[in-house]
Amino acid sequence: MKKRAFDKGIFAFPYMILSAIFIIFPLVLVLVYAFRGVDGKFTFDNFAQVFTNPTNYMLILKTIGIALITTAICLLIAYPVAFVLASSHFNKHTILALLFIIPMWMNFVLRMYALQSLLNMINVKDSFWAAIIGMVYDYLPFMLLPIYTSLVNMDKSYVEASRDLGGGDVQTFFRITFPLSVPGIISGILMVFMPTFSSYAITDILGGTEASVIGGKINTLFGERLTWGLGSALSFILLVIVIVVMVAGNLITRASNKAKSDAADNSIVGGRIR
Amino acid sequence: MNAKKIIKLTVSWLILALALAFMYLPLILIVVYSFIDARLVGGKGNFSFELYANLFKNQSLMTAAGNTIVIGLVSSLLATLIGTVSAVGIYYMKRGKKAANFVSQITVVNAEIVTAVGFFLLVLFLSNTLRLPVQKGLGWLIVCHTMLTVPYVILSVSPRLNQLNPNLFEAGQDLGAGPMRTLITVIFPQLVKGMISGFAIAFTLSLDDFVVTKMNTGNGVATISTYVYDSLKRTLDPSVRALSTIIFVVVLAVLVVMNLVGKKKAKKIKK
Repeated sequence: MKKRAFDKGIFAFPYMILSAIFIIFPLVLVLVYAFRGVDGKFTFDNFAQVFTNPTNYMLILKTIGIALITTAICLLIAYPVAFVLASSHFNKHTILALLFIIPMWMNFVLRMYALQSLLNMINVKDSFWAAIIGMVYDYLPFMLLPIYTSLVNMDKSYVEASRDLGGGDVQTFFRITFPLSVPGIISGILMVFMPTFSSYAITDILGGTEASVIGGKINTLFGERLTWGLGSALSFILLVIVIVVMVAGNLITRASNKAKSDAADNSIVGGRIR
Repeated sequence: MNAKKIIKLTVSWLILALALAFMYLPLILIVVYSFIDARLVGGKGNFSFELYANLFKNQSLMTAAGNTIVIGLVSSLLATLIGTVSAVGIYYMKRGKKAANFVSQITVVNAEIVTAVGFFLLVLFLSNTLRLPVQKGLGWLIVCHTMLTVPYVILSVSPRLNQLNPNLFEAGQDLGAGPMRTLITVIFPQLVKGMISGFAIAFTLSLDDFVVTKMNTGNGVATISTYVYDSLKRTLDPSVRALSTIIFVVVLAVLVVMNLVGKKKAKKIKK
């Protein structure tokens, strides 16, 4: 009977130890360095530098701005494309959807080189907006996929019901299709917004001097021993922003799911309750 | 009514065509210019295979490509092994399951630059404070990439565990196999599909990684990402175009083969 007592949870043990060393502990180190002065003593100086020196806090705001613009443009492009791909005429051809994610498999620095070559050829110089084009180019599939998935998996009987009840194309879209695709939109926004926040290679390559972001600054700060504290403080602030965005995203998803199930409870469509 | 349909279809095709052009024009341009020996894309040159020949003469680029593949393969193999064992463990955990899942998702959610800083500070702590024989370089990058990709393997293996017969493990033990042997010979074969997709995700993430790699390279070790990034700031060897074309073709080939295999399987199931 001794064998029966074997706790299979023990298989998670090695990874828990690895996580403690390689995931949790490094975050503790970031925190320690963020509150440590050059002399090794406890200090708030690093954070003070972030919030009093305009170059630091403006850079954070600029990064948020670039992330927001990128996310908005991705959404504006991805939604129509996903809508077309998911429409009854096109959704038989899965190859079309695949075409949009193939570039994701190619190294993104090489893709940025390709895009830069194209932009330079048509005389678009490295600039803020060239950087935005690069960001959109790289992150578009991350917006497209979740929206496409939510549209394809949508229960089509809702749309049919709307049409049976006399709803036109536009009305059906805004009152049925769009609200049902909101979870896809939210996860798309998170999947674009979160990484745009820490990536700096794209803006560095295509933005020239106009589009430096917080990630690049942190990378540079760790090139020199004296500025590790500031770098850690900036990393810590980034971590806090990530947590805030994730929690907000979760709350919105939960709220929209609840609204959806409430709506479904109130209206039985096609004899099915979702 | 019919005219409306035609307009709808035309607009649909137009949207798709524009979006696809945006995605593919840069890549097509690079493929075309990999056969033209101009220094810059768009410059004057003649058709030649010179860039391909030069590619294999560029020692540092070749080393970077080799490093990328070594780091990618070793780290994703390790990640698949660790991730699968952990997924099994977490699945069977009686207490602390939520906490374990939360911890394993930290790196997925966290800003990559923060993870990169964490690894950077950790390797210095290990070598300077604890005096352990670790240092930045190829080995450390493999460690970083492994820890970075394990959560994705857990994510792709876990759904398969839910479909498992709950008594499978006990069955293996009743037939006299030890826990390790049961895990490897009874449980693993059931999870192969999840393990393969986990490996694929880990491998592509590793190949594509820049932020963590950039901060944790040392001893002159470069990957394709960091090599191309660094040389874009100075002067870029045009044979990078040949490398891009080769990678693009390999990606296409792998996807076509995977699609064909998938279709064959689907047909078999239908029969």
